[in-house]
This record gives sequence, structure tokens and C-alpha cells, in this order.
Amino acid sequence: MNSSFALSLATFIYALASVFYIGSFAFKKQSLSKLGFMVLVLGFLSNTTGIILRWIESYQMGYGHAPFANMYESLVFFSWTVAILYIFVELKYKESIIGVFASPLVFLAIAYASLSPDISSKISPLIPALKSNWLIAHVITCFLGYAGFAVAFGFSLMYFIKPKTSGETSLFAKLPSWEMIDELTYQMVVFGFLFLTIGIITGAVWANSAWGKYWTWDPKETWSLITWLVYAIFMHLRMMKGWYGKNLAWVSILGFLAVLFTYFGVNYVLSGLHSYA
Amino acid sequence: MLEKTLKKENILKKNKTIPEQIWQFFCSVKLTVYTLVVLAVTSIIGTVILQNGTPPQYLNLYGQTVYNIIKIFNFDDMYQAWWFLALIVILCINIVVCSIERLSFTWKIIFPQKITFNPDRFRKLKNLETVQVNKDVRSLSNDYERFLSKKVGRVIKQEAQTSTVMYAEKGRWTRIGVYVVHASILLLLIGALIGSLFGFKAHLQLDEGQTSDTAFIAKKRLPIKLDFSIRCNDFDVKFYDTGAPEEFKSNLTIINNGNALFTRDIRVNHPLRYKGINIFQASYGTAQPDSVVIDMIRLSDKQVASKTLKIGEEIQLPDDQGMFKLEGFLPHFDFKGHNLGEAFVGRITPKDGAAFQIGLPVKFPTFDRMRKGAIAVVIKDFEQKHYTGLQITKDPGIWYVYSGFILLIIGCWITFFMSHQSYFIEVESSGDNDSTVSISGTTNRNNQGMKLKIQKIVTTLKDK
Ligand code: HEM
Repeated sequence: MNSSFALSLATFIYALASVFYIGSFAFKKQSLSKLGFMVLVLGFLSNTTGIILRWIESYQMGYGHAPFANMYESLVFFSWTVAILYIFVELKYKESIIGVFASPLVFLAIAYASLSPDISSKISPLIPALKSNWLIAHVITCFLGYAGFAVAFGFSLMYFIKPKTSGETSLFAKLPSWEMIDELTYQMVVFGFLFLTIGIITGAVWANSAWGKYWTWDPKETWSLITWLVYAIFMHLRMMKGWYGKNLAWVSILGFLAVLFTYFGVNYVLSGLHSYA
Repeated sequence: MLEKTLKKENILKKNKTIPEQIWQFFCSVKLTVYTLVVLAVTSIIGTVILQNGTPPQYLNLYGQTVYNIIKIFNFDDMYQAWWFLALIVILCINIVVCSIERLSFTWKIIFPQKITFNPDRFRKLKNLETVQVNKDVRSLSNDYERFLSKKVGRVIKQEAQTSTVMYAEKGRWTRIGVYVVHASILLLLIGALIGSLFGFKAHLQLDEGQTSDTAFIAKKRLPIKLDFSIRCNDFDVKFYDTGAPEEFKSNLTIINNGNALFTRDIRVNHPLRYKGINIFQASYGTAQPDSVVIDMIRLSDKQVASKTLKIGEEIQLPDDQGMFKLEGFLPHFDFKGHNLGEAFVGRITPKDGAAFQIGLPVKFPTFDRMRKGAIAVVIKDFEQKHYTGLQITKDPGIWYVYSGFILLIIGCWITFFMSHQSYFIEVESSGDNDSTVSISGTTNRNNQGMKLKIQKIVTTLKDK
């Protein structure tokens, strides 16, 4: 088995998990979402195997670096972080139906990595500036942050789907209570915020050790700061101004758009030190 | 809660003086939110508009009208623009004023005179759970007291005839978390300010063998004289088989008053720090070599004469064709808009006639034949020599910034994952050997998490 096989397998299994979750939501079958969870865990294992194998393969090729060096690898890792975070949430809160809002994200990221013609899956050597242990700390923390925001985004959608008064016959009757949705979204934002904070900080410390400046206002840095500010606004609105429900969900959605722009937009639209590829 | 108390106080006082109004303006969280929104939105501008370019670049990209607007608002250097800095200053004042205003309240909560609790309040909580247990009140309350004091903290116990209430709490101090977050942001900004006032970021280019004590500020070409000199003894670059650079390093010697102090290699990501000055490996390139071997080819019969020359040296061309002077080296030779790479520049002074310049690109040995002179000059060989590009920085604010980083992480951790929690257990007799147990709790954040905790406690206690 090699890494590309394991990762293709993971893509396929994640697709299956999404289908089960969506099925359980559409047909109100709790058992399907239980199945979806088990399949998701399988996909996660395959995803993990793929990442480890790729790491080993890069050493065999003589490049020897952690698999976080280009767009392909970062998307694969993004799927991994969203998957592990969601698995943790489902185990902790025991609300399985909400997987319908998280599993498609896991699948889409890894599918985009393998299918997009712009993204090369080749293992390539690292330029000197990227050779640092800070790279690993920086990438892992940033992506845990992004994962938190992605799951928060998925949960925020529930505000727009769940009807105000849910009758027993409603398609959405199985969705968690409003308090639970609120709590879940908030917990995910908080998780994302903590890790984005650490991610920005490790990036700054790394930049300081590589270039002698912890902050240069390059587009990627600036956009990560903008993202950070949006979520800081989210928290102040919630805690100090008592915002809740749809209004706050909009802020969370806006924040996730900022995440997406930081992640993709900066690479494709703007230019700077960070552009991979 | 705090918000409401403050509002009430302010409403009572009708006629406010101007300083009071200013204080009030900076005390509002609305201001915080608005400022953060404006900062987030305007920050986008600098990622879209070219930063620190030259006027022709802007005119080329945006035209005269837009360039005028860019100039008015300093959008070409917007993160240093007066209005952007003003926003940051407003934010700082906002944090300071709000913290002063609230800290006295929070302080009283963190260090209360006496911890009291109101059982009725806990009985009405939404997360109250009630179970029946087949044991008497006395033994249950002893069990639970042990449980609470082990899991939470000191227990306050009130016993009545047929019932007992217990209360325990932990994490009062965690209410300080937000203040740590806000203080850390101030610390960061103070560090950044110190860095921009007393630090610098400069560039120094050294050929192998060259020594210098003067670097140049990147944008303004301002010279910065260091307390010591740096000599580049050697530069090395390694490539991957794909042709991309794998690693480059410079061997540097630090020299003070003519004494070589120490010698060290620096690589990308592995700088040298000395006397508060940081020296980073930033870039490299080909430097002007000391000597060059040229071929002089007689075009009529292809006969070659070779000669080793130093830069600046002038020699006689064969056949009495005049003089040739090797003037210098160009890393990027531009020929009719094409970059022909490394090249040398020479000057030919014919016996009779005006002197003229010729370009000798290294990669195109036949280039000088196009001139159709009697003798063509070709670069045969030269000793490859590099220059190293060093970034020289000084930042006396860095330790404030790093302390701010650490405090920010700790503060966020406390704020997000720790809370002030109070637990309440009531045991009431509901028969000879039966008791009704009610459990509830409060927290200053994460109510849903509290609910789950209460439910978990209920299952643990039932199993006892
Ligand atoms: C970006 C710069 C920030 C500014 C200018 C700012 C400003 C403020 C201000 C003025 C208040 C109200 C006064 C107070 O209670 O001290 C406040 C409250 C608060 N801020 Fe921030 N803040 C910032 C960042 C953050 C961050 C990153 C967090 C995340 C941990 C945070 C968490 C909070 C919380 C939890 C409160 C409510 C305090 C309470 O419960 O009383 N703030 N902020």
C-alpha cells in the first residue's frame, strides 16, 4: 500500500460516510447516522495512514519533510483535522445527526485535493525557508483552528434549516435543541479561535527566526489577522452585547468566508511569501 | 450583569462633564466592536493595493486619479498610515478604560469578603436534576460531602431536621482571564511600538572575502552603521536534483576594532545573534569575479589567443586592433528587453576611431561575433564567486511581544476552557430509608457544559 492509495480510499470512505449521514437526516433514521459515524472513523484511519505513509515516502525520496508543504498536503491534513474534531464532538455530545453538517466538509476538502487539476500531489522538496520545526507547529495549529471554524460553520447552518417550532412530523425534528446548537457553535468557534491564535503566534515566531521580522503585513498574515478579528468580534457580540441565533450565525459564516479566503484566496488571487505551489 | 449595573449608575447621573463624556465614550463595548470591524475591513485594502511601490509603478497600475487618492490616505503604506495607527490607539484606550471601569467589580467577585450562597436560587435552576436513592439522609450527605470536597473544593454544609444542603465552588480566579487577554494585547502593541521606534531592518550585501560595518534600511536606502564589522569568508549553495535550492549558508566572521572575535556559519532559519543585532541569511547571487579568462578569436581564420584579465585591466588586442578593457560584471544583462543572464562588459578603443562598449554574455559565446569586428571576444572561464544577502535587524521590543504572545495563549485558555463553577446538592428525606437528591450548578460561562457535568455527576452518584 502507498500513500496515494490510502488517501484515495479515504476520499471514497468519506463520501460514503457523508451519504449515510445525509440519508439519516433525510429519512430520519438514527441507525444510518450510527453507521455513518463508524464509516467516518474508518475514513479517518485511512486518512491517517495516508499521511504517515506520505511522510515516510518523502524520507525515502531523500527530501525528508513532514507532509504539510503544499496545497495538496494541506488539504489532506485539513480533512484529517475536521474529521478528528467532529469525531471528538460526536463522542462528547452524543448528537449524531449533526454529522450531516460536518462530514461533507471532510469529504469535499480531500476530494478537491485529488480532483482539482491545479493541485499537484507530487512530493516535492522544501525550499530552505520552510525547513524548520516551526513549520510543523504552525501548520498543525493553524489547521486545527480552521477545522474548528469549519465545523462551527456547518453547525451555524442549522440556524437556517431548523424551523422555529418543530413538530413531531417535521423532517428536522431530530436536530438538537436551540441551546445545544448555540453551545456547539460557540465551542467550535472558541476551539478554532484558540488554535488560530496559537497558529498566528507560531507563524510570527517562525518568521522572526527565518527573516528577522515577526510581522510583515504580507497578505496571508493580514488575512489571518482579519479572520482572527472577525471571530474576536463574534465573541464580543455574544458575550458583551448578548447576540445569539441567526444574527450570530451570520458572523460565524462571515468568519468562515474569511478563513476560506485566507486559505485559498490569498494563494490564488493575491501573492506573497506564503503562496504554495 | 455588569453592563446593566453600569448603565443604571450612568443613567442616575444626568449632567456629565466633558471628561466624563470622553471616559464614557471609551468605555463602551460598542466602540470596541465598531473599531474591530473597521480594522478588519480596512486591513483588506493593504492586501489588494501594492504596498511600498514607486510612483511610476502606481501610475502604471492605477492611473493618476486613483494614485492621488492612494496618496491622500497613504494606502501605499497603509499599515503605517496615521489613520490606521489612530484606530489601534483608540482600541488601546478602549481596552484600558474598560478594564479600569470593570476590574473593581470583578475584583470584588474574585476576592469576596465571605462566600455565601442562596439555596433557593439553585433550586430554580434549569439544570436541576432530581433522583431517588435508597439510603438515609445522613449517610448520603456524608458521602456527597466527601465527593464534592474531592472533586470541587471546600464544602459549605447546612443541615436541617430532615434535609441537608451542600455547596462547593471552584475557579473564582478564572474570571481574571479576560483581563489577561486584554493586557497581553496591550503588551504586544507596546512591544511593536518599541520595535518600530528603536529597532531597524536593514540589508547588507557582501561578496565572498568582503568586510563591511554598514547595512542599508530596505526602503529608504538609509545607511546604518553597526558597532562591529562582518566579513563573509565563504558562501555555499546546495541544490536538489530538481534544480531548486536546498540550502544556502554563509561563513561569517565578526570583527571588532580589527580583532576577529568569532566565526560562524549562518543558514536560512538559523541566524546569528550578537549584541542585540540579528543577522539572517536572506538571499545570494553571483558577485563580480576577481579574474576572467577570455578568448580573442580572429574571425578570418578562427585563430584563438587566450588571456587572463583582472576587472579593470586593459590589454592590447591582437593584430594591432586597438585596446580592450574589461570594465565590469553584470548579474543580469539586458539586451533589447531580454535577460541574457550573467555577462561582462568591455570597452574597445580602436586605433583610429571612437571607443565603444561591448556586452559579453557568459551563456552565449558567439554573441560578440554579431558585431562583425576583426576580433571577437568570448568569455572562456571565470572563477565563480558569490555574494551573500544578509538581513540585519534589531528589535528591542521583541521580548514584550513574546511575553504578550505567551500571556495571550494563557489568557485565552483560561477564558475559554476554565470557568467559575458552583455546585449545589440537596438531600431530603422521602421515607424511612429513602431520600430525594437534587443537584444543580452555575457557571459564568458554558451553561450547556455545566448541564452535561450535572448529568454526569448524577450518574456517578447513583452508582455509589
Ligand atoms: C482585539 C483586541 C480586543 C479588544 C480591543 C477588546 C476589547 C474589549 C473590551 C473593551 C471589553 C469590555 C471591557 C472588559 O470587560 O474588559 C471586552 C470584553 C471582553 N473581551 Fe475583549 N478585546 C479584544 C480581544 C479579545 C480577545 C482576543 C478575546 C478572547 C479571549 C476577548 C475576550 C473578551 C471577553 C470574554 C470579554 C467579556 C468580559 C466580561 O465578561 O466582562 N477580547 N473586550
